[in-house]
Amino acid sequence: MNNYDLVVVGGGPAGMAAALEAKERGVEKIIILERDESLGGILDQCIHTGFGLHYFKEELSGPEYSDRFSKLVEKEKIETKLETMVLNISKSNLVTAVNKADGLMEIQAKAIILAMGCRERPRGALNIAGSRVPGVMTAGTAQKYVNIDGYMTGKKVVILGSGDIGLIMARRMTLEGAQVKMVCELLPYSGGLARNIVQCLDDFGIPLKLSCTVVEVHGKERLEGVTIAKVDRNRKPIKSSFEYVECDNLLLSVGLIPENELSQSLGVEMDPITGGPVVNESRETSQKGVFACGNVLHVHDLVDYVTLESQLAGEGAANHILNLEEEAATISTKGMDGVRYVVPQKINVHCDKDVKLYFRVAQVYEKAKVFVEVDDEIILSKRKAKFTPGEMEDISLKKEIIEQLPVNSELILRLEV
Amino acid sequence: MYDIAIVGAGVVGALTARELSKYNIKIALLEKANDVAMGTSKANSAIVHAGYDSKPGSNKAIFNVQGSKMMQELCQDLSVPYKKTGSLVLAFNDSQMTHLTKLLMSGNKNGVPGLCIIGQDKLRELEPNININALGALYSPTAAITCPYELTIAATEVAVTNGLEFKRNFRLEEVEALPDGSFELKSESESIKAKFIINCAGLYSDEIAALFGDKNYKITARKGEYFLLDKTAGNLVNHVVFQCPTKMGKGVLITPTVHGNIIVGPTAYDIEDKSNVSTTLEGSAEIMRKARRSLPNLNQREMITSFSGLRAHLESDDFILEYSSKHPNVINVLGIESPGLAAAPALAKHLENMVLQSKANLGDLSIKENYARKRKAPVRFNTLDNEQRRKLIEKNKLYAQIVCRCESVTYGEIIDAIRAPAGARDVDGVKRRTRAGMGRCQGGFCGSKVAEILADELNLDITEVTKFGGESNILLNKTKKQKSVSACD
Repeated sequence: MNNYDLVVVGGGPAGMAAALEAKERGVEKIIILERDESLGGILDQCIHTGFGLHYFKEELSGPEYSDRFSKLVEKEKIETKLETMVLNISKSNLVTAVNKADGLMEIQAKAIILAMGCRERPRGALNIAGSRVPGVMTAGTAQKYVNIDGYMTGKKVVILGSGDIGLIMARRMTLEGAQVKMVCELLPYSGGLARNIVQCLDDFGIPLKLSCTVVEVHGKERLEGVTIAKVDRNRKPIKSSFEYVECDNLLLSVGLIPENELSQSLGVEMDPITGGPVVNESRETSQKGVFACGNVLHVHDLVDYVTLESQLAGEGAANHILNLEEEAATISTKGMDGVRYVVPQKINVHCDKDVKLYFRVAQVYEKAKVFVEVDDEIILSKRKAKFTPGEMEDISLKKEIIEQLPVNSELILRLEV
Repeated sequence: MYDIAIVGAGVVGALTARELSKYNIKIALLEKANDVAMGTSKANSAIVHAGYDSKPGSNKAIFNVQGSKMMQELCQDLSVPYKKTGSLVLAFNDSQMTHLTKLLMSGNKNGVPGLCIIGQDKLRELEPNININALGALYSPTAAITCPYELTIAATEVAVTNGLEFKRNFRLEEVEALPDGSFELKSESESIKAKFIINCAGLYSDEIAALFGDKNYKITARKGEYFLLDKTAGNLVNHVVFQCPTKMGKGVLITPTVHGNIIVGPTAYDIEDKSNVSTTLEGSAEIMRKARRSLPNLNQREMITSFSGLRAHLESDDFILEYSSKHPNVINVLGIESPGLAAAPALAKHLENMVLQSKANLGDLSIKENYARKRKAPVRFNTLDNEQRRKLIEKNKLYAQIVCRCESVTYGEIIDAIRAPAGARDVDGVKRRTRAGMGRCQGGFCGSKVAEILADELNLDITEVTKFGGESNILLNKTKKQKSVSACD
């Protein structure tokens, strides 16, 4: 058995930023366990630009963004094991992992950071009728085939779901010579970033069909076409609107699911709305010494925010390892009236700095105001011209305000239009 | 010249192949698809029925009860998962309670052991999540679950190990009866000769029979759609839970699978196109509606995939195993629908006896020395404890490389599946043998890696790798054509 101060599960942007922060704060023995062949996670297949605008104040591609961190990981001599799969984490922070070079290994950690990222919702979960032919895949799978492996997945493409990966792939497939016929979105608004709709669809004349879905997949041996349909207010397909669209590739961009099998088998408290663990402002889960950050905690739209969040987790883990933790006296947070969720779900009133509350709204709200309330008393509010579910929002709570809050009280975020 | 050609590598064809492969004769197993178990055998409820609901005295009743008794040992021999869960038929009103008594009586006549009718309290104890309105149930302790495609794969492996030839992509299109009583069997690209034919072609057994001159059979494809639920829903039920049967079949059931998921289904309606295994909007709505009668808190969000299979239904509603009316050396096996899986071991044994009793000149029917009867258990990293894993990895490092994250399937297991006798040749074949791609991400992460390994092992370009044979290629072409560099430039 090996002993480490900190084991970071996942070497994507979250894991790297967290490990670097912990290192900077004086944690000595850190190891990153990454299942892929290199550090960087999903960023390595995101060859488009738009990363780093907030964090680095410059526009980088995904690989460039991850490269900045992997270089630092190397420079700081943080130990990394690639092609390494974590199989289990025990309640006593014993990590079981496996790889070709070391075989099965057990690592005892003082603290663990969960940074496994998320995965895409597959077709099966959508219950689209029809045949099970190749040519139907998630947008991210296609992105890997096209950008990493260098193979085309189709010539005539329909995209279901206007999440960011779907929008990015609409442009990507077009640039590679495919005809992207349309992007269908079940909801009356897109779940992607506004800038992606403009740059990936509008600029290429690709129609975005709102309140529209794919109801059936056709083809015997390969995808030949899909039936699309408009949906009513209850998102039920309208029979009279069924329309056949010829295509040989259907890309699905219908949601991301935080990948929490390890967290769940460990038994940390989960938030049913985010799909990730419940955490405090240091991103510590219900199990002491286990932290979570990045898309495993909640799905982010910008990697810049993943980096910032992961630094909080890295700092939290460092404080835990170095015994610098504040005494716990928590309040909980909760979203209401259009606020779907709030991260962190708990805040320690003794925390030593301002706390940013990240949240997502349930639908599009124009000219709305978000209120932060404790015991029916408004302690903060913020007005915005438009809130959309596709963009993560935040509101900052001053340390001085948090200090005043009664322990065990509930802090509520709600919207008013 | 083959002594015997078995047409169709479904569960009956494969188990029959295994039984016959111990004799010193030359056998071919012909399959139109790229793999075994590509028809009804891969998409059904995976239940080893106890045998109470078939008409007493029918082939279905006889072979079901016999086969169900043989199944546990067979699965052990072939290292195929098997679990005796027992089954329950729920009754929601008095007339259904009366029907349970009828089932109990026919079960007793069929020789099904241990049947009894239980009341609400016992039912609640066995299945706490069941609808509180269920009044009682027929409890059948001998019902079990298995994995039908693994059974077919394992049986074929044994047969091939014993020297049988598995010919995939051999679609029998033309038959010529030769003067010496043997047959020439032609596919589009190949032709073989065989003395004796066993037609186990499932949905197409009527068409194969017709090639030999027996034109009076008519198989109807009866579609059944299913949902598969995530392992997180795996403890919803502990038994195979039926509702009272109808004219079209056993109704919508809910059952655990041997892999820890839950299957819900099937629907039952007749269709024209025997290759149409698509699912439908109406079908999934119907399954949900009906299944909620048994299990009100069934959650559609737990669903990870849906699929459909086709039953080979005969109007006469019973299995047929008979010699061709035109040729003494042809056996037709038709109408193997539910409880076909449960009956399959007994059907295979019966077919073996029919071969032995036939007057065909089959050469040396003595038994091979050292023939294989069992299949060595394939490596399943996921099911091992850490000590076993350590030992395994010491022997072969490839078992330390996880390819499928959701099901923890290793590189070594995938290579084993490809290199096995009658091994995997496509992505779905790897999936059925190893479970790579069967988890909640449904191959989103590992699909491309599996395709790469297949390409490597089979010496293919990755664009030639298919999902399930034929034209089901996954990738089209390279994104960029590389400029060819010639020495003169």
